[in-house]
Amino acid sequence: MKLSNGKRLERLHDRYQNGDLSRRTFLTLTAAAAAAVGLDMPWMRQALAAVEEVRFDGWGGTVQDAIDKYAFKPYTAKTKIKVVQGTFGDEDEIITKIKTAKPGDYQVIHSSGVNYYIKYVNGGLTSEINEANIPNMANVLQPMIDPFRKLTPKLSAVPYDYGTTGIAYNTKVISPEEAKEKGAALLLDKKYAGKVGGYDDMTTRVWYAALATGQDPNNLKDMDAIWAKVRETRDLAKKFWSSGAELMDLLSKGEIVVTDAWSGRVAALQDQGHPIGYLDPVGSYAWMEDMLILKGSPMAECEELINFMLDPATAIAVAEGQSYPPSLDPTKVKLTEKIEKLPAFDKTGTMKALTFADPVYWASNEDAWNKQWHRISKGA
Amino acid sequence: MRRRWTLYDPRLAWLLVAPVLLLLIFFLVLPIAVMAAYTFFTFVTAGVETSALTTANWHEFLTDSYYSGFLLKTLRVGAITAVLCGVLGYFPAYFIWATTFKHKWLLLLLLIVPFWISFTIRTFSWINILGEQGVINVSLMKLGIISEPLPMLYNEGAVILGMLHFLLPYMILNVYVSLESIDRTLIAAARSMGCTSAQAFREVTLPLSLPGLAAGLLLCFVLAAGSYVTPQLLGSGRDALFGNLIYDTIMGELNWPMGATLSIVLFIVLGFFAAAYTRYMGMSQIVKGLGG
Repeated sequence: MKLSNGKRLERLHDRYQNGDLSRRTFLTLTAAAAAAVGLDMPWMRQALAAVEEVRFDGWGGTVQDAIDKYAFKPYTAKTKIKVVQGTFGDEDEIITKIKTAKPGDYQVIHSSGVNYYIKYVNGGLTSEINEANIPNMANVLQPMIDPFRKLTPKLSAVPYDYGTTGIAYNTKVISPEEAKEKGAALLLDKKYAGKVGGYDDMTTRVWYAALATGQDPNNLKDMDAIWAKVRETRDLAKKFWSSGAELMDLLSKGEIVVTDAWSGRVAALQDQGHPIGYLDPVGSYAWMEDMLILKGSPMAECEELINFMLDPATAIAVAEGQSYPPSLDPTKVKLTEKIEKLPAFDKTGTMKALTFADPVYWASNEDAWNKQWHRISKGA
Repeated sequence: MRRRWTLYDPRLAWLLVAPVLLLLIFFLVLPIAVMAAYTFFTFVTAGVETSALTTANWHEFLTDSYYSGFLLKTLRVGAITAVLCGVLGYFPAYFIWATTFKHKWLLLLLLIVPFWISFTIRTFSWINILGEQGVINVSLMKLGIISEPLPMLYNEGAVILGMLHFLLPYMILNVYVSLESIDRTLIAAARSMGCTSAQAFREVTLPLSLPGLAAGLLLCFVLAAGSYVTPQLLGSGRDALFGNLIYDTIMGELNWPMGATLSIVLFIVLGFFAAAYTRYMGMSQIVKGLGG
């Protein structure tokens, strides 16, 4: 079948919309083709207009405040490109919104690592990035990039920070010695019945049940035992929180005295002077977050933004602000003393001290486990 | 010969109704139809479904007692909330109707004032009232009445309380409108024929205000049973209602076909109650109560 010039241009446009071409390449090719055949495609005028804003969606709260203050505002000052921001409490929520929006409505997501990366990829929601446009990726920890590359050799996301979901406790009620001795078992301590909290999330619940039953979270053998432990925590729990803000509220108001918690949010509470302790028990759940670019985004601008965010000065300032270590390799970039003291920080750059979820293993079980967790959380 | 337009021409009526009809078709009928179609789609994995038609979602709903249990629980909580709204809402409505206070409009305005504040913020405010560090517990502990905070938050009671707070104005307005339409000479006639105040209320006022009370009950029941935010904020996982189940299925499991099935079920069940009410009482009372 012979393609008409119009058809060729439409296909080119589709590739640009899908994020397969940068805006610059698209315009060059379109302009050349149009000049050659004397055509003026309807979208050219729109595409020729300079991109004035990039859409970003993140976790809100102290984390997004730090990103906004130390990355977005300086980026806008430098490039005049505004970063329009949205927030979400649960990443599945934003995936639902993206699915119902048209490509390009949502552009950059502060995503929860490889577990969620699979969902975006499976849903056909991502755009391949041109790594050459993000030279600062050279400083990013290779052990953080590898899991993403294992899923898609051409990346659609760049790791940005990491942390752990450890145990947070009220030091007025639980001493550091007791916390250290009991570790993850604190979540199952009947002494604190009605004062226990937890993240309303299947992965976290199953992970901590795995630690409580002495199983490898990345190779669970006895799921009945896992669900029994999940139920045990549920029966002791006062509330399963569903956002960082809610976690901070419950802990600071004394509604709960022990919970699994995000390291950075606990660090923020400690900075505010609240009597909250934190510990990572053996096998504590480690996770990473990435900046993911969605289909239909203005690629050049999004890549430029991510490159700016990965600039050591920016990434360090953001890390200090949000209290999560950056994805920068400490053997390549000199990090600050404050960052080195952050919970979960890995000074070796190998990430071997941290236990991450095996994305393929968890993805293959996620649908069934999610369903079961939702039932248990509602009393089943 | 073409017929000329007249004032009550049916063509003119259709023309005037057309914009609303189109809006209803595009923004109500069509989305519900799409959702109904989705119930027959096949769930592949989180966030991925195919249009291969299946009855698996309906089969799961009809054979899994987890869903029917949740539906019954939701109807129970909705009914309790509606009845409490009726009991608690009737008296303020009666008071506003019966008062000789010359600025009655001010009392009605007070009913509407809560709507000026975001529903979510109003719901959140209960955390600061019922929580362990909330006003009630702190006051009782400072007064030495209790030594341990009372567990008032994150339970079914807190959920019902939150819904009462949100729904009471709807009940009061419905009953008030109904009372307002009573011909007061009927009460005077009853009194002149020897009825006591209580008898006049029981024999005249109450029966004539029942349509408003019934409209309020239906409205409160439907809104409570379809509630999602209040159980999410004031309840624990166990206090979730059917709306939360739909949210988890669509947003948490990214299982749209099953989520659509549950949504259609709730729509049918609540629609049944609304239809039953309309069949026996008519919709006019609800429209009046909503200020129509």
